[in-house]
Amino acid sequence: MTSEILIAGFGGQGILFAGKLLSYVGLIDGKEVSWLPSYGPAMRGGTCNCSVCVSDKPIGSPLVLNPDALIVMNAPSCDKFIGSVKEGGKAFIDSSFVGKERGDPRIDRYYIPATELARDNGLKGMANIIMLGKMIKETGLASFDAVKRAAEKTVPAGKADLVEANMRAIEIGAAN
Amino acid sequence: MKGNEALAEAAVRAGCRHYFGYPITPQNEIAAYMSKRLPKIGGVFIQAESEISAINMVYGCAAAGTRCMTSSSSPGISLKTEGISYLAGADLPCVIVNVQRGGPGLGSIQPSQADYWQATRALGHGDLRIPVLAPSTVQEMADMTGKAFDLADEYRAPVMILADGLLGQMMEPVSFPDIGNADEPRAKAVPKKWAAVGHGNSRGKNIINSLYLQPEKLEEKITERFKRYEEIKNKHAGAVSENCDGADIVIAAYGATARIARSAAETAREKGIKAGTFRPLTLYPFPEKELREACKTAKKVLVAEMSMGQMVDDVKLALECKLPVEFFGRTGGFIPGPGEILNKITEVT
Repeated sequence: MTSEILIAGFGGQGILFAGKLLSYVGLIDGKEVSWLPSYGPAMRGGTCNCSVCVSDKPIGSPLVLNPDALIVMNAPSCDKFIGSVKEGGKAFIDSSFVGKERGDPRIDRYYIPATELARDNGLKGMANIIMLGKMIKETGLASFDAVKRAAEKTVPAGKADLVEANMRAIEIGAAN
Repeated sequence: MKGNEALAEAAVRAGCRHYFGYPITPQNEIAAYMSKRLPKIGGVFIQAESEISAINMVYGCAAAGTRCMTSSSSPGISLKTEGISYLAGADLPCVIVNVQRGGPGLGSIQPSQADYWQATRALGHGDLRIPVLAPSTVQEMADMTGKAFDLADEYRAPVMILADGLLGQMMEPVSFPDIGNADEPRAKAVPKKWAAVGHGNSRGKNIINSLYLQPEKLEEKITERFKRYEEIKNKHAGAVSENCDGADIVIAAYGATARIARSAAETAREKGIKAGTFRPLTLYPFPEKELREACKTAKKVLVAEMSMGQMVDDVKLALECKLPVEFFGRTGGFIPGPGEILNKITEVT
Protein backbone atom coordinates (compact mmCIF):
# COMPACT_ATOMS: atom_id res chain seq x y z
CA MET A 1 0.00 0.00 0.00
CA THR A 2 1.18 3.52 -0.76
CA SER A 3 0.17 6.55 1.29
CA GLU A 4 0.51 9.82 -0.55
CA ILE A 5 0.66 12.95 1.57
CA LEU A 6 0.75 16.56 0.43
CA ILE A 7 1.73 19.34 2.84
CA ALA A 8 1.24 22.94 1.76
CA GLY A 9 1.35 26.45 3.16
CA PHE A 10 3.51 29.59 3.23
CA GLY A 11 7.28 29.44 3.04
CA GLY A 12 8.57 29.73 6.61
CA GLN A 13 5.82 27.65 8.22
CA GLY A 14 8.01 24.56 8.29
CA ILE A 15 6.17 22.80 5.49
CA LEU A 16 9.29 21.14 4.13
CA PHE A 17 10.52 20.17 7.61
CA ALA A 18 7.18 18.56 8.48
CA GLY A 19 7.50 16.50 5.31
CA LYS A 20 11.06 15.51 6.14
CA LEU A 21 10.05 14.43 9.64
CA LEU A 22 7.22 12.36 8.18
CA SER A 23 9.62 10.72 5.70
CA TYR A 24 11.92 9.75 8.55
CA VAL A 25 8.98 8.28 10.42
CA GLY A 26 8.30 6.06 7.41
CA LEU A 27 11.96 5.14 7.13
CA ILE A 28 12.07 4.12 10.80
CA ASP A 29 8.98 2.00 10.25
CA GLY A 30 10.91 0.16 7.52
CA LYS A 31 8.91 1.62 4.63
CA GLU A 32 9.99 2.97 1.27
CA VAL A 33 9.79 6.75 1.41
CA SER A 34 10.24 9.74 -0.88
CA TRP A 35 10.10 13.49 -0.29
CA LEU A 36 9.80 16.04 -3.04
CA PRO A 37 9.66 19.81 -2.46
CA SER A 38 8.15 22.40 -4.71
CA TYR A 39 11.12 24.48 -5.71
CA GLY A 40 10.93 27.81 -7.35
CA PRO A 41 11.90 31.45 -7.21
CA ALA A 42 9.27 32.36 -4.59
CA MET A 43 10.20 30.48 -1.46
CA ARG A 44 10.02 32.75 1.61
CA GLY A 45 6.53 34.13 2.08
CA GLY A 46 5.33 32.51 -1.13
CA THR A 47 3.36 29.32 -1.27
CA CYS A 48 5.31 26.17 -0.74
CA ASN A 49 4.49 22.48 -0.68
CA CYS A 50 6.03 19.06 -0.49
CA SER A 51 4.98 15.57 -1.51
CA VAL A 52 5.69 12.59 0.74
CA CYS A 53 5.12 8.97 -0.27
CA VAL A 54 5.26 6.13 2.24
CA SER A 55 4.93 2.67 0.73
CA ASP A 56 5.53 -1.06 1.12
CA LYS A 57 6.99 -1.21 -2.40
CA PRO A 58 9.40 0.95 -4.43
CA ILE A 59 7.88 4.35 -5.10
CA GLY A 60 7.03 5.32 -8.67
CA SER A 61 6.23 8.97 -9.02
CA PRO A 62 7.36 10.96 -5.97
CA LEU A 63 5.02 13.75 -7.06
CA VAL A 64 1.68 13.58 -5.25
CA LEU A 65 -1.17 14.69 -7.50
CA ASN A 66 -4.08 13.16 -5.56
CA PRO A 67 -3.19 12.86 -1.89
CA ASP A 68 -4.66 10.39 0.60
CA ALA A 69 -3.94 13.00 3.24
CA LEU A 70 -3.57 16.72 2.75
CA ILE A 71 -2.23 19.20 5.31
CA VAL A 72 -2.85 22.83 4.41
CA MET A 73 -1.70 25.77 6.47
CA ASN A 74 -2.98 28.74 4.48
CA ALA A 75 -6.02 29.71 2.44
CA PRO A 76 -4.42 29.78 -1.04
CA SER A 77 -3.05 26.24 -0.57
CA CYS A 78 -6.41 25.07 0.74
CA ASP A 79 -8.17 26.46 -2.32
CA LYS A 80 -5.58 24.99 -4.65
CA PHE A 81 -5.33 21.47 -3.30
CA ILE A 82 -8.50 20.48 -1.45
CA GLY A 83 -10.22 19.39 -4.64
CA SER A 84 -7.35 17.04 -5.44
CA VAL A 85 -7.75 14.84 -2.34
CA LYS A 86 -8.73 11.25 -3.17
CA GLU A 87 -12.29 10.23 -2.45
CA GLY A 88 -12.41 9.00 1.13
CA GLY A 89 -9.18 10.85 1.88
CA LYS A 90 -8.51 13.26 4.70
CA ALA A 91 -7.75 16.97 4.76
CA PHE A 92 -6.16 18.69 7.76
CA ILE A 93 -6.70 22.41 7.75
CA ASP A 94 -5.05 25.02 9.96
CA SER A 95 -8.16 26.97 10.92
CA SER A 96 -6.01 29.81 12.25
CA PHE A 97 -5.57 30.82 8.62
CA VAL A 98 -8.46 29.22 6.81
CA GLY A 99 -11.70 30.73 8.05
CA LYS A 100 -14.71 29.32 6.33
CA GLU A 101 -15.60 25.71 5.67
CA ARG A 102 -14.16 24.46 2.43
CA GLY A 103 -13.95 21.30 0.43
CA ASP A 104 -16.52 18.78 -0.59
CA PRO A 105 -18.16 16.08 1.49
CA ARG A 106 -16.31 13.27 -0.34
CA ILE A 107 -13.47 13.68 2.10
CA ASP A 108 -13.03 13.93 5.87
CA ARG A 109 -12.04 17.42 6.94
CA TYR A 110 -10.34 18.27 10.20
CA TYR A 111 -10.03 21.88 11.35
CA ILE A 112 -7.24 22.49 13.84
CA PRO A 113 -6.30 26.01 14.98
CA ALA A 114 -2.67 24.87 14.93
CA THR A 115 -1.00 28.26 14.78
CA GLU A 116 -3.05 29.52 17.75
CA LEU A 117 -2.44 26.29 19.67
CA ALA A 118 1.29 26.64 19.06
CA ARG A 119 1.29 30.22 20.32
CA ASP A 120 -0.82 29.43 23.42
CA ASN A 121 1.43 26.53 24.36
CA GLY A 122 4.73 28.31 23.97
CA LEU A 123 5.52 26.35 20.82
CA LYS A 124 5.73 29.23 18.38
CA GLY A 125 6.72 28.02 14.92
CA MET A 126 5.59 24.46 15.58
CA ALA A 127 2.11 24.63 14.13
CA ASN A 128 3.44 22.38 11.38
CA ILE A 129 4.22 19.64 13.89
CA ILE A 130 0.85 20.05 15.60
CA MET A 131 -0.79 19.48 12.19
CA LEU A 132 1.42 16.45 11.64
CA GLY A 133 0.41 15.05 15.05
CA LYS A 134 -3.25 15.30 14.14
CA MET A 135 -2.66 13.73 10.74
CA ILE A 136 -0.70 10.80 12.15
CA LYS A 137 -3.35 10.17 14.78
CA GLU A 138 -6.30 10.24 12.36
CA THR A 139 -4.62 8.22 9.60
CA GLY A 140 -2.81 5.75 11.87
CA LEU A 141 0.11 6.12 9.51
CA ALA A 142 2.74 5.54 12.17
CA SER A 143 3.34 4.94 15.86
CA PHE A 144 4.19 7.85 18.17
CA ASP A 145 7.33 5.95 19.11
CA ALA A 146 8.51 6.10 15.51
CA VAL A 147 7.73 9.83 15.45
CA LYS A 148 9.89 10.35 18.53
CA ARG A 149 12.80 8.46 17.00
CA ALA A 150 12.40 10.41 13.77
CA ALA A 151 12.42 13.70 15.69
CA GLU A 152 15.64 12.66 17.40
CA LYS A 153 17.14 12.04 13.97
CA THR A 154 15.95 15.18 12.19
CA VAL A 155 16.50 17.73 14.95
CA PRO A 156 20.12 18.99 14.84
CA ALA A 157 22.35 17.70 17.67
CA GLY A 158 22.84 21.19 19.15
CA LYS A 159 19.11 21.64 19.62
CA ALA A 160 18.28 18.43 21.50
CA ASP A 161 15.71 20.26 23.66
CA LEU A 162 13.64 20.71 20.51
CA VAL A 163 12.97 16.97 20.37
CA GLU A 164 10.83 17.29 23.47
CA ALA A 165 9.11 20.39 22.08
CA ASN A 166 8.37 18.53 18.86
CA MET A 167 6.88 15.64 20.78
CA ARG A 168 4.71 18.02 22.81
CA ALA A 169 3.50 19.55 19.55
CA ILE A 170 2.69 16.07 18.21
CA GLU A 171 0.70 15.29 21.37
CA ILE A 172 -1.21 18.59 21.23
CA GLY A 173 -2.07 17.88 17.62
CA ALA A 174 -3.27 14.38 18.44
CA ALA A 175 -5.41 15.65 21.33
CA ASN A 176 -7.24 18.30 19.29
CA MET B 1 19.34 12.86 1.31
CA LYS B 2 18.46 14.85 -1.76
CA GLY B 3 19.54 13.32 -5.05
CA ASN B 4 21.97 16.17 -5.62
CA GLU B 5 23.57 15.66 -2.22
CA ALA B 6 23.80 11.90 -2.66
CA LEU B 7 25.56 12.44 -5.97
CA ALA B 8 28.03 14.88 -4.39
CA GLU B 9 28.83 12.58 -1.47
CA ALA B 10 29.29 9.66 -3.86
CA ALA B 11 31.76 11.73 -5.88
CA VAL B 12 33.78 12.43 -2.73
CA ARG B 13 33.79 8.74 -1.86
CA ALA B 14 34.86 7.88 -5.38
CA GLY B 15 37.94 10.02 -4.80
CA CYS B 16 36.85 13.29 -6.41
CA ARG B 17 38.76 16.04 -4.64
CA HIS B 18 38.26 18.87 -7.13
CA TYR B 19 34.97 20.45 -8.05
CA PHE B 20 34.39 23.48 -10.26
CA GLY B 21 30.98 24.93 -10.89
CA TYR B 22 28.71 27.90 -11.33
CA PRO B 23 25.29 28.18 -9.65
CA ILE B 24 22.13 27.22 -11.47
CA THR B 25 18.83 25.73 -10.27
CA PRO B 26 18.01 22.83 -9.84
CA GLN B 27 21.52 21.48 -9.19
CA ASN B 28 22.79 23.98 -6.60
CA GLU B 29 22.90 21.43 -3.79
CA ILE B 30 25.80 19.69 -5.54
CA ALA B 31 27.99 22.78 -5.44
CA ALA B 32 26.77 23.72 -1.95
CA TYR B 33 27.62 20.26 -0.65
CA MET B 34 31.05 20.25 -2.28
CA SER B 35 31.82 23.73 -0.92
CA LYS B 36 31.32 22.45 2.61
CA ARG B 37 32.80 19.00 2.17
CA LEU B 38 35.89 19.33 0.00
CA PRO B 39 37.90 21.93 1.99
CA LYS B 40 37.64 19.68 5.06
CA ILE B 41 39.34 16.74 3.35
CA GLY B 42 42.10 18.55 1.53
CA GLY B 43 40.07 19.05 -1.65
CA VAL B 44 39.40 22.11 -3.73
CA PHE B 45 36.04 23.76 -4.39
CA ILE B 46 35.95 26.70 -6.76
CA GLN B 47 32.92 28.69 -7.78
CA ALA B 48 34.07 29.89 -11.16
CA GLU B 49 32.96 33.12 -12.79
CA SER B 50 31.06 31.21 -15.45
CA GLU B 51 30.29 27.71 -16.68
CA ILE B 52 32.88 28.12 -19.42
CA SER B 53 35.55 28.82 -16.87
CA ALA B 54 34.43 25.91 -14.70
CA ILE B 55 34.73 23.39 -17.54
CA ASN B 56 38.17 24.71 -18.45
CA MET B 57 39.27 24.36 -14.84
CA VAL B 58 38.14 20.75 -15.15
CA TYR B 59 40.29 20.49 -18.28
CA GLY B 60 43.37 21.64 -16.38
CA CYS B 61 42.62 19.53 -13.36
CA ALA B 62 41.92 16.38 -15.36
CA ALA B 63 45.18 16.93 -17.26
CA ALA B 64 46.97 16.68 -13.93
CA GLY B 65 45.39 13.24 -13.48
CA THR B 66 43.10 13.83 -10.50
CA ARG B 67 39.45 12.88 -10.26
CA CYS B 68 37.41 16.01 -10.84
CA MET B 69 33.85 17.00 -11.59
CA THR B 70 31.61 19.82 -12.68
CA SER B 71 27.85 20.03 -12.62
CA SER B 72 25.23 22.29 -14.09
CA SER B 73 21.75 22.36 -15.51
CA SER B 74 20.64 22.60 -19.12
CA PRO B 75 21.55 26.19 -20.17
CA GLY B 76 24.80 25.89 -18.23
CA ILE B 77 25.67 22.63 -19.99
CA SER B 78 25.24 24.36 -23.35
CA LEU B 79 27.94 26.79 -22.27
CA LYS B 80 30.23 23.93 -21.30
CA THR B 81 30.03 22.09 -24.60
CA GLU B 82 33.12 23.71 -26.13
CA GLY B 83 35.16 22.56 -23.14
CA ILE B 84 33.63 19.09 -23.23
CA SER B 85 34.71 18.69 -26.84
CA TYR B 86 38.28 19.70 -25.88
CA LEU B 87 38.23 17.23 -22.99
CA ALA B 88 37.17 14.44 -25.34
CA GLY B 89 39.75 15.55 -27.91
CA ALA B 90 42.52 15.49 -25.32
CA ASP B 91 41.39 12.14 -23.84
CA LEU B 92 40.83 13.56 -20.39
CA PRO B 93 38.71 11.73 -17.82
CA CYS B 94 36.19 13.72 -15.79
CA VAL B 95 32.56 13.61 -14.71
CA ILE B 96 30.01 16.14 -15.92
CA VAL B 97 26.56 16.24 -14.33
CA ASN B 98 23.48 17.66 -16.00
CA VAL B 99 20.46 18.03 -13.70
CA GLN B 100 18.09 18.87 -16.53
CA ARG B 101 15.61 21.73 -16.45
CA GLY B 102 13.30 23.11 -19.11
CA GLY B 103 14.56 24.64 -22.33
CA PRO B 104 15.27 25.92 -24.92
CA GLY B 105 16.93 29.14 -23.80
CA LEU B 106 16.53 29.77 -20.10
CA GLY B 107 13.37 27.65 -20.32
CA SER B 108 12.21 26.94 -16.78
CA ILE B 109 13.71 25.61 -13.58
CA GLN B 110 11.32 22.66 -13.41
CA PRO B 111 12.34 19.07 -14.27
CA SER B 112 12.81 18.10 -17.91
CA GLN B 113 14.41 15.46 -20.11
CA ALA B 114 14.81 17.68 -23.13
CA ASP B 115 18.61 17.41 -23.28
CA TYR B 116 18.68 13.77 -24.39
CA TRP B 117 19.73 14.68 -27.90
CA GLN B 118 22.37 17.07 -26.65
CA ALA B 119 23.76 14.52 -24.20
CA THR B 120 23.85 11.59 -26.61
CA ARG B 121 24.70 13.38 -29.85
CA ALA B 122 25.94 16.91 -29.47
CA LEU B 123 27.83 17.53 -26.27
CA GLY B 124 30.49 19.16 -28.37
CA HIS B 125 31.70 19.58 -31.93
CA GLY B 126 33.68 16.89 -33.68
CA ASP B 127 33.71 13.14 -34.11
CA LEU B 128 33.07 12.14 -30.53
CA ARG B 129 30.82 10.25 -28.19
CA ILE B 130 30.33 10.77 -24.47
CA PRO B 131 29.15 7.90 -22.27
CA VAL B 132 25.90 9.00 -20.59
CA LEU B 133 24.50 7.37 -17.46
CA ALA B 134 20.86 7.86 -16.47
CA PRO B 135 19.93 7.43 -12.79
CA SER B 136 16.33 6.90 -11.79
CA THR B 137 16.51 6.92 -7.99
CA VAL B 138 18.49 8.79 -5.38
CA GLN B 139 20.42 5.57 -4.75
CA GLU B 140 21.38 5.45 -8.41
CA MET B 141 22.44 9.11 -8.31
CA ALA B 142 25.08 7.84 -5.86
CA ASP B 143 25.93 4.49 -7.46
CA MET B 144 26.23 5.83 -10.98
CA THR B 145 28.54 8.62 -9.85
CA GLY B 146 31.01 6.02 -8.61
CA LYS B 147 30.65 4.16 -11.88
CA ALA B 148 31.06 7.35 -13.93
CA PHE B 149 34.46 8.08 -12.36
CA ASP B 150 35.64 4.52 -13.00
CA LEU B 151 34.47 4.60 -16.62
CA ALA B 152 36.09 7.99 -17.18
CA ASP B 153 39.46 6.78 -15.90
CA GLU B 154 39.32 3.44 -17.65
CA TYR B 155 38.53 4.91 -21.06
CA ARG B 156 40.15 8.34 -20.65
CA ALA B 157 36.92 10.08 -21.55
CA PRO B 158 34.53 12.65 -20.10
CA VAL B 159 31.44 10.86 -18.76
CA MET B 160 28.06 12.49 -18.25
CA ILE B 161 25.41 11.79 -15.64
CA LEU B 162 22.07 12.88 -17.07
CA ALA B 163 19.66 13.49 -14.22
CA ASP B 164 16.77 15.94 -13.92
CA GLY B 165 15.32 18.42 -11.45
CA LEU B 166 13.02 15.81 -9.93
CA LEU B 167 15.85 13.41 -9.07
CA GLY B 168 18.07 16.24 -7.90
CA GLN B 169 15.50 17.75 -5.56
CA MET B 170 13.78 14.68 -4.14
CA MET B 171 14.89 12.84 -1.03
CA GLU B 172 15.03 9.09 -0.65
CA PRO B 173 17.02 6.83 1.62
CA VAL B 174 20.50 6.15 0.25
CA SER B 175 23.50 4.07 1.31
CA PHE B 176 27.07 4.20 0.07
CA PRO B 177 28.62 0.78 0.72
CA ASP B 178 29.72 0.11 -2.85
CA ILE B 179 31.36 3.44 -3.43
CA GLY B 180 33.83 3.60 -0.53
CA ASN B 181 34.32 6.19 2.12
CA ALA B 182 35.98 9.58 2.08
CA ASP B 183 39.15 8.50 3.89
CA GLU B 184 39.63 5.53 1.65
CA PRO B 185 38.18 6.42 -1.74
CA ARG B 186 37.91 3.47 -4.01
CA ALA B 187 41.31 2.97 -5.49
CA LYS B 188 40.11 1.52 -8.76
CA ALA B 189 41.68 4.45 -10.53
CA VAL B 190 43.99 3.36 -13.32
CA PRO B 191 47.57 4.69 -13.00
CA LYS B 192 47.69 7.86 -15.08
CA LYS B 193 51.08 7.74 -16.74
CA TRP B 194 49.91 10.30 -19.26
CA ALA B 195 49.18 13.00 -16.66
CA ALA B 196 50.93 16.34 -16.97
CA VAL B 197 52.44 16.55 -13.49
CA GLY B 198 55.91 17.43 -12.25
CA HIS B 199 58.40 14.58 -12.52
CA GLY B 200 61.84 16.13 -11.98
CA ASN B 201 63.11 15.11 -15.45
CA SER B 202 62.59 11.44 -14.57
CA ARG B 203 60.79 10.84 -17.86
CA GLY B 204 59.97 12.53 -21.13
CA LYS B 205 57.34 15.24 -21.43
CA ASN B 206 53.66 14.37 -21.31
CA ILE B 207 51.68 16.54 -23.67
CA ILE B 208 47.91 17.04 -23.36
CA ASN B 209 46.52 18.40 -26.58
CA SER B 210 43.50 18.23 -28.84
CA LEU B 211 45.07 19.83 -31.94
CA TYR B 212 46.29 17.53 -34.71
CA LEU B 213 47.07 19.46 -37.86
CA GLN B 214 48.02 16.40 -39.90
CA PRO B 215 44.95 14.55 -41.15
CA GLU B 216 46.71 11.17 -40.75
CA LYS B 217 47.39 11.82 -37.09
CA LEU B 218 43.88 13.07 -36.35
CA GLU B 219 42.22 10.22 -38.18
CA GLU B 220 44.39 7.74 -36.35
CA LYS B 221 43.54 9.35 -33.02
CA ILE B 222 39.80 9.39 -33.69
CA THR B 223 39.80 5.83 -35.00
CA GLU B 224 41.56 4.67 -31.84
CA ARG B 225 39.04 6.57 -29.74
CA PHE B 226 36.11 4.98 -31.58
CA LYS B 227 37.57 1.56 -30.77
CA ARG B 228 37.29 2.57 -27.14
CA TYR B 229 33.69 3.70 -27.68
CA GLU B 230 32.99 0.31 -29.25
CA GLU B 231 34.42 -1.43 -26.20
CA ILE B 232 32.30 0.74 -23.90
CA LYS B 233 29.29 -0.27 -25.99
CA ASN B 234 30.06 -3.96 -25.69
CA LYS B 235 30.91 -3.93 -22.01
CA HIS B 236 28.88 -1.22 -20.40
CA ALA B 237 25.54 -0.75 -22.18
CA GLY B 238 22.92 -1.55 -19.58
CA ALA B 239 19.18 -1.64 -18.99
CA VAL B 240 16.56 -2.97 -16.62
CA SER B 241 13.64 -4.89 -18.16
CA GLU B 242 10.69 -5.86 -16.00
CA ASN B 243 7.70 -8.01 -16.88
CA CYS B 244 8.75 -8.05 -20.54
CA ASP B 245 8.45 -11.84 -20.89
CA GLY B 246 5.23 -12.37 -22.81
CA ALA B 247 4.41 -8.66 -22.79
CA ASP B 248 2.17 -7.22 -25.52
CA ILE B 249 3.43 -3.72 -24.94
CA VAL B 250 6.77 -2.51 -23.61
CA ILE B 251 7.01 0.97 -22.10
CA ALA B 252 10.47 2.44 -22.54
CA ALA B 253 11.51 5.34 -20.33
CA TYR B 254 14.62 6.54 -18.53
CA GLY B 255 15.38 8.53 -15.40
CA ALA B 256 12.51 10.00 -13.41
CA THR B 257 9.95 9.15 -16.09
CA ALA B 258 10.87 5.46 -15.82
CA ARG B 259 9.60 5.42 -12.21
CA ILE B 260 6.27 6.81 -13.31
CA ALA B 261 6.07 4.46 -16.30
CA ARG B 262 6.65 1.55 -13.92
CA SER B 263 3.66 2.57 -11.78
CA ALA B 264 1.53 3.00 -14.90
CA ALA B 265 2.54 -0.45 -16.22
CA GLU B 266 1.70 -2.02 -12.89
CA THR B 267 -1.83 -0.60 -12.99
CA ALA B 268 -2.14 -1.65 -16.63
CA ARG B 269 -1.28 -5.24 -15.65
CA GLU B 270 -3.94 -5.12 -12.94
CA LYS B 271 -6.38 -4.20 -15.70
CA GLY B 272 -5.28 -7.21 -17.74
CA ILE B 273 -2.94 -5.48 -20.20
CA LYS B 274 0.33 -7.37 -20.60
CA ALA B 275 2.66 -4.42 -20.08
CA GLY B 276 6.39 -4.60 -19.44
CA THR B 277 8.88 -1.82 -18.80
CA PHE B 278 12.31 -1.13 -20.24
CA ARG B 279 14.67 1.34 -18.59
CA PRO B 280 18.05 2.18 -20.11
CA LEU B 281 20.78 2.73 -17.53
CA THR B 282 23.10 4.04 -20.21
CA LEU B 283 21.83 6.41 -22.90
CA TYR B 284 25.09 6.30 -24.81
CA PRO B 285 25.75 3.52 -25.46
CA PHE B 286 22.04 2.87 -25.93
CA PRO B 287 21.22 -0.70 -24.82
CA GLU B 288 20.04 -1.85 -28.25
CA LYS B 289 20.47 -5.58 -27.74
CA GLU B 290 18.71 -5.41 -24.40
CA LEU B 291 15.79 -3.52 -25.93
CA ARG B 292 15.38 -6.05 -28.75
CA GLU B 293 15.45 -8.84 -26.16
CA ALA B 294 12.84 -7.05 -24.02
CA CYS B 295 10.56 -6.56 -27.04
CA LYS B 296 10.64 -10.18 -28.23
CA THR B 297 6.93 -10.75 -27.76
CA ALA B 298 5.78 -7.13 -27.84
CA LYS B 299 3.43 -5.93 -30.54
CA LYS B 300 4.07 -2.31 -29.72
CA VAL B 301 6.46 -0.07 -27.84
CA LEU B 302 5.48 3.09 -25.99
CA VAL B 303 8.20 5.61 -25.20
CA ALA B 304 7.52 8.10 -22.39
CA GLU B 305 9.69 11.15 -21.78
CA MET B 306 9.62 14.62 -20.26
CA SER B 307 10.17 16.12 -23.71
CA MET B 308 8.51 16.18 -27.11
CA GLY B 309 10.26 12.89 -27.94
CA GLN B 310 14.01 12.41 -28.18
CA MET B 311 14.95 8.96 -26.85
CA VAL B 312 12.18 7.69 -29.10
CA ASP B 313 14.71 8.04 -31.97
CA ASP B 314 17.13 5.61 -30.35
CA VAL B 315 14.31 3.17 -29.65
CA LYS B 316 13.33 3.22 -33.33
CA LEU B 317 16.94 2.81 -34.44
CA ALA B 318 17.46 -0.12 -32.08
CA LEU B 319 14.25 -1.82 -33.24
CA GLU B 320 15.08 -1.12 -36.89
CA CYS B 321 11.46 -0.08 -37.38
CA LYS B 322 10.27 -3.66 -36.92
CA LEU B 323 7.72 -2.65 -34.30
CA PRO B 324 5.35 0.29 -34.16
CA VAL B 325 6.65 2.86 -31.67
CA GLU B 326 4.21 5.19 -29.91
CA PHE B 327 5.18 8.22 -27.88
CA PHE B 328 3.86 10.07 -24.83
CA GLY B 329 5.54 13.16 -23.44
CA ARG B 330 5.01 16.19 -21.27
CA THR B 331 7.24 19.20 -21.53
CA GLY B 332 7.64 22.70 -20.15
CA GLY B 333 8.28 21.46 -16.62
CA PHE B 334 5.32 19.12 -16.26
CA ILE B 335 5.96 15.74 -14.72
CA PRO B 336 3.73 13.14 -16.35
CA GLY B 337 1.35 11.47 -13.94
CA PRO B 338 1.03 7.66 -13.87
CA GLY B 339 -2.61 8.15 -14.91
CA GLU B 340 -1.62 9.98 -18.09
CA ILE B 341 0.79 7.25 -19.12
CA LEU B 342 -1.82 4.61 -18.26
CA ASN B 343 -4.35 6.38 -20.51
CA LYS B 344 -1.85 6.29 -23.35
CA ILE B 345 -1.18 2.58 -22.75
CA THR B 346 -4.91 1.88 -22.86
CA GLU B 347 -5.33 4.03 -25.96
CA VAL B 348 -2.64 2.26 -27.98
CA THR B 349 -3.35 -1.36 -26.94
